[in-house]
Amino acid sequence: MNTVERYNNTAIALHWLIALLIFVAFPLGWYMSDLQLSPTKLQLFSYHKWIGITVLVLALMRVIWRFTHTPPALPDSISKLQQMGSHVVHGILYLLLFAVPISGWLMSSAKGFKTVLFGVLPLPDLLDKDKALGHLLEVVHQSLNYILLLLVVLHVAALIKHRFIDHDDVLTRMLPEGKSK
Amino acid sequence: MNFMRCSLLLSLLLICNQVSALEFNQVQTSESSVTFGYKQMNVPLEGKFNKFSSTMVFDPAKMANAQARLEIDVTSIDTGSAEGDDAVVGKLWFNAKAFPTASFVSTGLKAVGGNRFEAAGKLTIKGKTLNVIAPVTFQATGTRGIFEGGFTINRLDYAIGEGEWTDLGTVANEIQIKFHIVVNASPAKK
Repeated sequence: MNTVERYNNTAIALHWLIALLIFVAFPLGWYMSDLQLSPTKLQLFSYHKWIGITVLVLALMRVIWRFTHTPPALPDSISKLQQMGSHVVHGILYLLLFAVPISGWLMSSAKGFKTVLFGVLPLPDLLDKDKALGHLLEVVHQSLNYILLLLVVLHVAALIKHRFIDHDDVLTRMLPEGKSK
Repeated sequence: MNFMRCSLLLSLLLICNQVSALEFNQVQTSESSVTFGYKQMNVPLEGKFNKFSSTMVFDPAKMANAQARLEIDVTSIDTGSAEGDDAVVGKLWFNAKAFPTASFVSTGLKAVGGNRFEAAGKLTIKGKTLNVIAPVTFQATGTRGIFEGGFTINRLDYAIGEGEWTDLGTVANEIQIKFHIVVNASPAKK
């Protein structure tokens, strides 16, 4: 079997880029939705949507990477049960990388606002305008985000545990080469 | 040949006669619409006015007598978003309390060939009146006529969107107004 110890640079770049974008888009979404209508609000909504679609594209690239590469196996020191837990959490995180932006895109369509990526590329509306559906999708988009938040907290907590309690090597696999070890 | 030409001429005359006997003057508000398009962060949006009234007098044979008047209840606006609807009746946008009505009053109608016309008129929004010219088409089937046309205004010319909203980077200046007015004919008074 082909064994690798680290993620390659493409995977690492995609991971951290997506993480960074989510760390911007999440609080932005939280903040902007309660704002009174203003030019700033309209701008923030657009930026949020652009970031979301970017995450969607990067997530697609990541999945393609996953299907064409073997990710490093978890060290044997980690129990089978924990390994399974890790795979489940990672699997749901991958799903959410798609589900969160897509639910936002659908919500935007249902509310009657086309998404125009970076203000230049109009994306197709996946749904017709429908007020009730728009509201439902808003709830779905928010709920998925709370699940995402929960899993990211779990993801980081696991990382801290592995780093400082188990003293194994799971964090450095996802860090740029120079900073590992 | 000569007979053919004669009969063609005759039938044309008859058609003309028939048309000139019709005066389109009963606006069917429920079948008509006044809509508008605008862009917000380059996102195209459609809106409409749900309440308006219109009077029209149009006899294709008496162009000089043509008259059109359109009065729009600005509080009936549907901007495409509920939040937008609440905002635009406010002071910075239409200031509907002080200026509840927007109106178009024609000053002249010019035939430009075929079923195409140019309607000149005075457009009043938010207490400001400016001259506009709208290309219009007129299509009649029997006694039912349809005026269709549109024109573009710059919202800042009428101070629609003051204060922070004068920023054109978010809500664009150009507003495309489109109208579709169904007007029925009654026999012209002699």
